[in-house]
Amino acid sequence: MAFTAMVGARIRRREDPRLITGRATYVDDVRQVGTVYAAFVRSPHGHAKIVSIDTSAAKADPRVLAVYTGEDLHHAHGVKSSLPVAHKMADLKTPPHYMLALDEVRVVGDAVAIVVATTAYAARDAVELIAVEYEVMPAVTDVEKAAAGPPYVHASLGTNIAFTMPFAAGDTDKAFAEADVVVKQRIVNQRVAPVPIEPRSMVANWDAGMQQLTIYSATQIPHLLRTQLAVVLGLPENHIRAIAPEVGGGFGAKLNVYAEEAVVSWVAMQLECPVKYIETRSECFQAMIHGRDQIDDLEIAAKSDGTITGMRLKITANLGAYHQLLTPVVPTLTLLMAHGCYRFENISAEVVGVFTNTMSTDAYRGAGRPEATFFIERSIDMVAQRLGLDPAEVRRKNFIAKTSFPHTTATGLTYDSGDYETTMDKALKIVDYAGLRKRQEELRKQGRYLGIGLSTYVEVCGMGPSAAMPAAGWDSATIRVEPTGSITVLTGISPHGQGEETTFAQIVSDELGVPIDQVSVIHGDTDKVQYGVGTFGSRGTAVGGAALQLAIQTIQAKAIKIAAHQWEANPDDLEYRDGKIGIKGDPSKSMTTPEAGFAAFMGDNLPPGLEPGLDATRRFEPPNFVFPFGTHVCVVEVDAKSGQVEVVQYVAVDDCGRLLNPMIVEGQIHGGIAQGLAQALFEEVVYSDDGQLLTGTLMDYAIPHAEQVPHYELDHTVTGTTVNPLGIKGCGEAGTIGSTPAVANAVIDALAPFGVVHIDMPLKPEKLWAAMQPKSNGSVR
Amino acid sequence: MIPAAFEYKRANSVDEALRLLGEHGEDAKLLAGGHSLIPMMKLRLAAPAMLIDIAGIPNLDQIDAASDPLTIGALTKHAKLAASDELQKKAPALWDAANDLGDPQVRNRGTIGGASAHGDPSADYPAVLQALDATFTLAGKNGTRELKAAEFFRGMFETALGANELLTKISFAAAPKSAYVKFHHPASHYAVVGVAVALTIDGGAIESARVAITGVGDVAFRAAGVEAALKGVKTNDADGLAAACAGAASGVQARSDTFASASYRTAMADVFAARAVAQAAAR
Amino acid sequence: MQIDLTVNGKRASLDVEPRLLLAHALRDSLNLTGTHIGCDTSSCGACTVLLDGVSVKSCTVFAVQAAGQEVTTIEGIGNADSLHAMQEAFWSSHGLQCGYCTTGMIVSAVDLLRRNPDPSDDEIRSGLEGNLCRCTGYENIVKSVRAAAKAMRDGTDRHSVRELMPLHPPAVDPPPSGEGIIPKQFQEANA
Repeated sequence: MAFTAMVGARIRRREDPRLITGRATYVDDVRQVGTVYAAFVRSPHGHAKIVSIDTSAAKADPRVLAVYTGEDLHHAHGVKSSLPVAHKMADLKTPPHYMLALDEVRVVGDAVAIVVATTAYAARDAVELIAVEYEVMPAVTDVEKAAAGPPYVHASLGTNIAFTMPFAAGDTDKAFAEADVVVKQRIVNQRVAPVPIEPRSMVANWDAGMQQLTIYSATQIPHLLRTQLAVVLGLPENHIRAIAPEVGGGFGAKLNVYAEEAVVSWVAMQLECPVKYIETRSECFQAMIHGRDQIDDLEIAAKSDGTITGMRLKITANLGAYHQLLTPVVPTLTLLMAHGCYRFENISAEVVGVFTNTMSTDAYRGAGRPEATFFIERSIDMVAQRLGLDPAEVRRKNFIAKTSFPHTTATGLTYDSGDYETTMDKALKIVDYAGLRKRQEELRKQGRYLGIGLSTYVEVCGMGPSAAMPAAGWDSATIRVEPTGSITVLTGISPHGQGEETTFAQIVSDELGVPIDQVSVIHGDTDKVQYGVGTFGSRGTAVGGAALQLAIQTIQAKAIKIAAHQWEANPDDLEYRDGKIGIKGDPSKSMTTPEAGFAAFMGDNLPPGLEPGLDATRRFEPPNFVFPFGTHVCVVEVDAKSGQVEVVQYVAVDDCGRLLNPMIVEGQIHGGIAQGLAQALFEEVVYSDDGQLLTGTLMDYAIPHAEQVPHYELDHTVTGTTVNPLGIKGCGEAGTIGSTPAVANAVIDALAPFGVVHIDMPLKPEKLWAAMQPKSNGSVR
Repeated sequence: MIPAAFEYKRANSVDEALRLLGEHGEDAKLLAGGHSLIPMMKLRLAAPAMLIDIAGIPNLDQIDAASDPLTIGALTKHAKLAASDELQKKAPALWDAANDLGDPQVRNRGTIGGASAHGDPSADYPAVLQALDATFTLAGKNGTRELKAAEFFRGMFETALGANELLTKISFAAAPKSAYVKFHHPASHYAVVGVAVALTIDGGAIESARVAITGVGDVAFRAAGVEAALKGVKTNDADGLAAACAGAASGVQARSDTFASASYRTAMADVFAARAVAQAAAR
Repeated sequence: MQIDLTVNGKRASLDVEPRLLLAHALRDSLNLTGTHIGCDTSSCGACTVLLDGVSVKSCTVFAVQAAGQEVTTIEGIGNADSLHAMQEAFWSSHGLQCGYCTTGMIVSAVDLLRRNPDPSDDEIRSGLEGNLCRCTGYENIVKSVRAAAKAMRDGTDRHSVRELMPLHPPAVDPPPSGEGIIPKQFQEANA
């Protein structure tokens, strides 16, 4: 393997020139002659019967081309008006999820009708002209109330519980019976909104002559979108082309198939012209999936030396009103990662998924694993606090030893590799942990409250082995050596900011010995690229890059055969050396990949039986997940008078395997930390009891501004993995997973002198202020 | 995102604006920087039938800091206030607010008159202009009238500005010992609590104080109890200053939202009043 | 209504509804799609352009209000043949990921340096409070603006994308410490 120049270097991204000059094409920038514009009429109620819909005034507007309701879609030929959910759960309740609400709305923002007009302005006006009469029904947004009984989100189910999944490993009762201490805590992991800066956007066109549907959508999964559209619209899959052009952030929220994508496609088929729909930010808050929203009831058994021996856990997950693509799967990932990077083997758990009159929850950066990391990392701190031990030492005591990998966990995963102690020691050294603790003590005497928070996380990434995934977990790559020597890569993943146009070109440049600017990486178009699964779950490079590496090996093997034929040598005596074909031990002769490619194109001097052309398509089926890990340390100061938090220092030492482009990896970690930190401190989606969304705009829902986040100091360790041929572990979600507990632990540590054991997120000033008041009754939510 | 349709007229003078207002009455709204109105129109929380654009009226965007009282034209943009060295010296509370309001793009576009006329209960100027005891000049078809800030700000999104009136200028006496301190809402940048203070100091002790608080109640208000309690307190007596600020929002019906409850807002009024007093005293 | 304005140095004459937002006029009437729209509450700053030289959110300006004025969009800040120092700095410092907020962020940062040519990190952070980014956590945005400020103070020439290509870095980082960890079973070329 000749990773010499490009791989491992800080290469400026190749996608950037178009992005920094405003010349990139996002969905809303797609221009097609004859485009018409859609807008949706959405429910203002959390739960209501639709009594009537009067579309006559809208239809009378000369600018309006069509109005459709749930009834229209439900009775349309060939259309399955219920949307897909991907899962492998035996007893999952899957009530219908209509593309446009039929008879009943179950969440604020439920789409009731679509109106299409000649301009976006006219479409927006026409929404006001559609009169929907509702009969308001009782709504439920509190997950525990919903689990307990009526009102039911779906009356036909006679329950709000969509599934219950019990789990047991080891002898938990014995662990608790023999425990020196038991820490018990109810931990709420609040609902948050993903808020990619580009909202959901789509434009669909129907070529009636070719019977071809083309949809541009801001999606992370163009191929899966195509498959699902084929199913719900009743079209042959090969008559659908899905294109993810430039996509403005996803964070899991665009790992979905939305009702709007199907409806807009169907409308394009009716009107035989391009139909564009760009949601507003307010609609995005209502109708794009939300993340997290679990209540984790937890008991931890520990010995007096800090050794954790067992866990009892109940995960109550608020699923929202309907299943979106992966809604029920997310909380099951929490269970899988419940014990984090610690050894204990006795776990008794139950996961309950519950419908409420809120937007569906689904995969948001981390998808189920941040919740697990949060409660286990909080638990360690609570155990340490109870026993008067240092939280770093309690972690050390419980780490899975670096010598015991691969390590099979109680929840049935096999952690590929790890060295948790080294990352922690590195992080503690950077912050001067002992010095910090001393300083904390001094400041406390002055009435200043410094807090130090650790998070030693491990996450499950590189999604994943197909057997363990709700749908396919492999991915694909094609390499074509073009006759004139440039190299085209077609990848099945669908990057939207992760930079694989660069990292994949770096790999190809080194391995096939061509300048990086001769390599083009193409993605996100189902008519150009072989089937691929997409970009999510920190899998883009760990799975898609691995497929690329396999394709490189195929190309190299064939190029070697071509060179051997021309040199009248034995292929076994040839090798790729520094990107070129050469004879082992003989530096005198070499052939470049483009030279072999040209010979393969000419076809007149190839070994007998070898097909012309130099290209390869390979698929990588991951034999396991990968398990990146690391230690984040956050230092905060909490203002005793107001409860306002200042992040004083933030250090992250991550191990995501080999770094193909450290600059890009660091960028992923930075962004992840900001999102996780914001969940800890201020992000929170709030519904009223009757289902009104109270945080429905960026004036109410805070995502971080530059002033609200600190400078991050990063370092890393590199522990290999044998799961994929690149030795990489995935870094897309690590920052988010690692940071939330580090920040929360820091804030709660700051408040330890006030007897605080736990406060639920977001740790906003009012809660902290209340906890610091004399005789606080702790009743602040 | 898309506002309802409206008719648009430009007024090139105060008289022309007043004439257009007279013709169209309640259906018309004045448009200056538009940074209070346009956001509401985009969410269709406001849908005026006509907008009268007054941004081009000459001579209403001047800061006259040399005169006493100081005079600020109603069309003066926040950014211009924020960049004024004279203002920083003579009325730092207003300078603080202008620098801390919204964000740079908002400050480049929004005007002091527009923001004031909007009457937002969490806006910064209503507190500052009350602490400065500013005078508002309103032009109407029968001439002008003057109102004190405390009379101008009447309630939630409610001011004394008549439907046929135009705010032309705001004036106030120099207040070099003044400050504005704000607890930002993390999303909106508006004040969860904002306290403006203007002091006079004699011999190291506070001689007089005006303290006004925004963000807490339905409208910004003067904290009379605090003003009285501050009299005579030594400016180097931090505990004394804090004690004087206790109960800053007493008697005020505080608001709650998803970020901060009424009781927290009330408590923070004391905390931020003390900080604003300390900052003003230190100037 | 008929309005005349100057956009990126060129005269433009448009017939617009009074309610047409400047952002939409730029994107849809003039096809300058580098100006993005990310919210409906004047919060995100993705639509930031320069209006008579100062940064404004073009979603909160009616096109009619801009009549007679000069608009500079990201397309006018620089292009592939002549990158603005800020664009180059965002590229070199990895100040962007998905790119959606980037164009508005760059325009705001240009305006920030107009007001303050040598900002501290804290001043950069507060100077960009009108722009939201969900990808970068702002770390490399701050770094980019710092680098651009230096380049502009030093009077560095503008570069083209072509000059900055190929992307072979001037100096290669030392090989990552994970070198040689590629598992055996993946090493044999497999046809």
